[in-house]
Amino acid sequence: MPNMSNSKNPMPSQPPQTRNKNFSEVALGFSAETALNEAERCLNCKNKPCVSGCPVGIDIPAFIEKIKAQDFSSAYDVIAQSSSLPAVCGRVCPQETQCEQYCVRGIKGEAVAIGRLERFAADFRREHPVPLSEVRPNGIKIAVVGAGPAGLTCAGELAKNGYSVTVFEALHKAGGVLVYGIPEFRLPKSIVEEEINNLRELGVDIMTNTIVGKTVTIDELFEDGYQSVFIGSGAGLPNFLGILGENSKGVYSANEYLTRINLMKAYDELSDTPIYRAKSAAIVGGGNVAMDAARCAKRLGAENVYIVYRRSETEMPARNEEIEHAKEEGIIFKTLCNPVKINADESGRATSMVCCEMELGEPDASSRRRPKEKPDSLFTLETDCIIMAVGTSPNPLISLTTEGLKTNKHGCIIADENGLTTHKNVYAGGDAVTGAATVILAMGAGKTAAAEIMKNFN
Amino acid sequence: MFEILSKRILNPTVTLMEISAPLAAKKAEPGQFVILRVNENGERIPLTVADFDRQRGSVTIIFQIVGATTSQLNRKNAGEFIEDFAGPLGTPSRLEGMSKVAVVGGGVGCAIAFPLAKKLYRLGTEVHTITGFRNKELVILEQEFADVSHKLRIMTDDGSYGEKGLVTDALRTLIESGEKYDEVIAIGPLIMMKFVAALTREFGIKTTVSMNPIMVDGTGMCGCCRLTVGGKTRFACVDGPDFDGHSVDFDEALSRLGEYKEFENKQREADCNLYKGV
Repeated sequence: MPNMSNSKNPMPSQPPQTRNKNFSEVALGFSAETALNEAERCLNCKNKPCVSGCPVGIDIPAFIEKIKAQDFSSAYDVIAQSSSLPAVCGRVCPQETQCEQYCVRGIKGEAVAIGRLERFAADFRREHPVPLSEVRPNGIKIAVVGAGPAGLTCAGELAKNGYSVTVFEALHKAGGVLVYGIPEFRLPKSIVEEEINNLRELGVDIMTNTIVGKTVTIDELFEDGYQSVFIGSGAGLPNFLGILGENSKGVYSANEYLTRINLMKAYDELSDTPIYRAKSAAIVGGGNVAMDAARCAKRLGAENVYIVYRRSETEMPARNEEIEHAKEEGIIFKTLCNPVKINADESGRATSMVCCEMELGEPDASSRRRPKEKPDSLFTLETDCIIMAVGTSPNPLISLTTEGLKTNKHGCIIADENGLTTHKNVYAGGDAVTGAATVILAMGAGKTAAAEIMKNFN
Repeated sequence: MFEILSKRILNPTVTLMEISAPLAAKKAEPGQFVILRVNENGERIPLTVADFDRQRGSVTIIFQIVGATTSQLNRKNAGEFIEDFAGPLGTPSRLEGMSKVAVVGGGVGCAIAFPLAKKLYRLGTEVHTITGFRNKELVILEQEFADVSHKLRIMTDDGSYGEKGLVTDALRTLIESGEKYDEVIAIGPLIMMKFVAALTREFGIKTTVSMNPIMVDGTGMCGCCRLTVGGKTRFACVDGPDFDGHSVDFDEALSRLGEYKEFENKQREADCNLYKGV
């Protein structure tokens, strides 16, 4: 008998007033009992509408059936056939706009908690590891640029099929946005590390501290015997607003702020990396990155943390769950509010931000209502730390040093739907191609490109 | 892990290290920098390439012991390893096509100026080098510069070595004596570069400075190294580190360099046994 409850099992979480003072994971995960109960809500539809919403095409009803049968380890195997990073996706995917959006149970109530079940299966497997099956190497060398979600997925797919894959990573640690961007309390770094170790066990070689475009060029990779190259270098260049006072001390790009905290662990006493501990922080932007930065600032002890966003909450690109979590933790939302300039004291340190109020007009190109300034609405927000979370662009280091690799006017690498670029045997995917998007879309692109690369050798 | 092949104490606060990093050594050019981490909990710091040996696969760095990270680095010896070493980063200096250049180095900045002087000399450029230090004890790379300079003037603040005075005093004398420089390259403390740029502006001589702001990744990702050049925000790590000295907003750069002063002082105290009462 299926469980006909109209609501999802809630995710057990740390209480807001406890978690906003620590960096431990907020969501604690389902128990086996809860997972079983939630799995019973799945009707195992024949036409599998949920799968059509998954960028990597996980056979969702099949893995949920395995959970129902209490064969948790096999549930993981089903997911792993399509996804290289199940524990990551179970945590950071926007399921509500993907698989869960198409769930039949969502018509009369809430969708099945697919993401929470995915996480459960992945966490179970981590606690109950199974030795990997042997892969016979085929001797074909493939280079992957960037150890983020796109690159790691591409590498995993290729390695599983016997290819000899080397991943080149510019930073000292593999993981890309999973280690420098997404905070510990949303995605523990030990989980990312575990997923990366799994890839290493598959035979993937990861070379950190290697900046493609500087330390080595794409053309040199071909000279070294790599037969195809996949570029998953992400969208790492931070945008700024270009307002007065933006170079004052205490003004960060979200990239810098989050990198100091996540990659460099500046919140930890043991870390040598400094971070400014604000009394009052203002984060400009309304995406997931803005929510992450705001929640980090709160955890670092800021009394007041503001989200400053020029449209209304309806237009915010952040996931609802992130917005709700931020609010519960005491983040103050200043919507319809746009920064005009930053004031600083004599030493050059930011002291406040002048903003103007906005109102919404007609929809613009993004089909969201265009914000415009309200006349005579300037006000001053006291803040000693301003974090710009207003988007990122792809890094030009690779395109500038690779002849024949074309980019569009936004600096994104031009690639067809299979990931093939304008350069022979060079594929690209993820944010480097699309501009800033989600982890799972990048993974989807990495997977597609891997399949395409393999076609050339069959 | 990257091996320290050799170590040389240049003066009480400045150390030279040759690091085994074959990939970086293969590509390094004067004017570029590397990012290193000494150990697992270490900070990422940028250091300019002081020299490189493509055959040996090594990159030489010269650093001043100013904070916790450089103190930790200085405690390492030849044969030991450092955790991370990535590069080369930044855009190489443009040195071609000049007949006479004044290279001005201040303090540990001389370490960055040296490979430029060396390359200019090899390109057949007439190189006039001016180096400045607080006192005799701190003078570095004297012989190295002498080997690649047609003129070398060493200045000390207290006159304990070379001539008493600032690098700008020597530069002014040379310019006023009729030397016609295609370019002045100034590398040293921000305040020195600011005054060199102010002097050369008077004479309308093109001036290049090498900026060394705080960085995290060094690849354009964090924007921490941003500075204002000609009214526009630029990233020292990818757009530089060389910039037109007459366009750089030095006052803003000076302010930004002080972002973590308090933290640095605390870390240095934590790192130093004197403060621990040992």
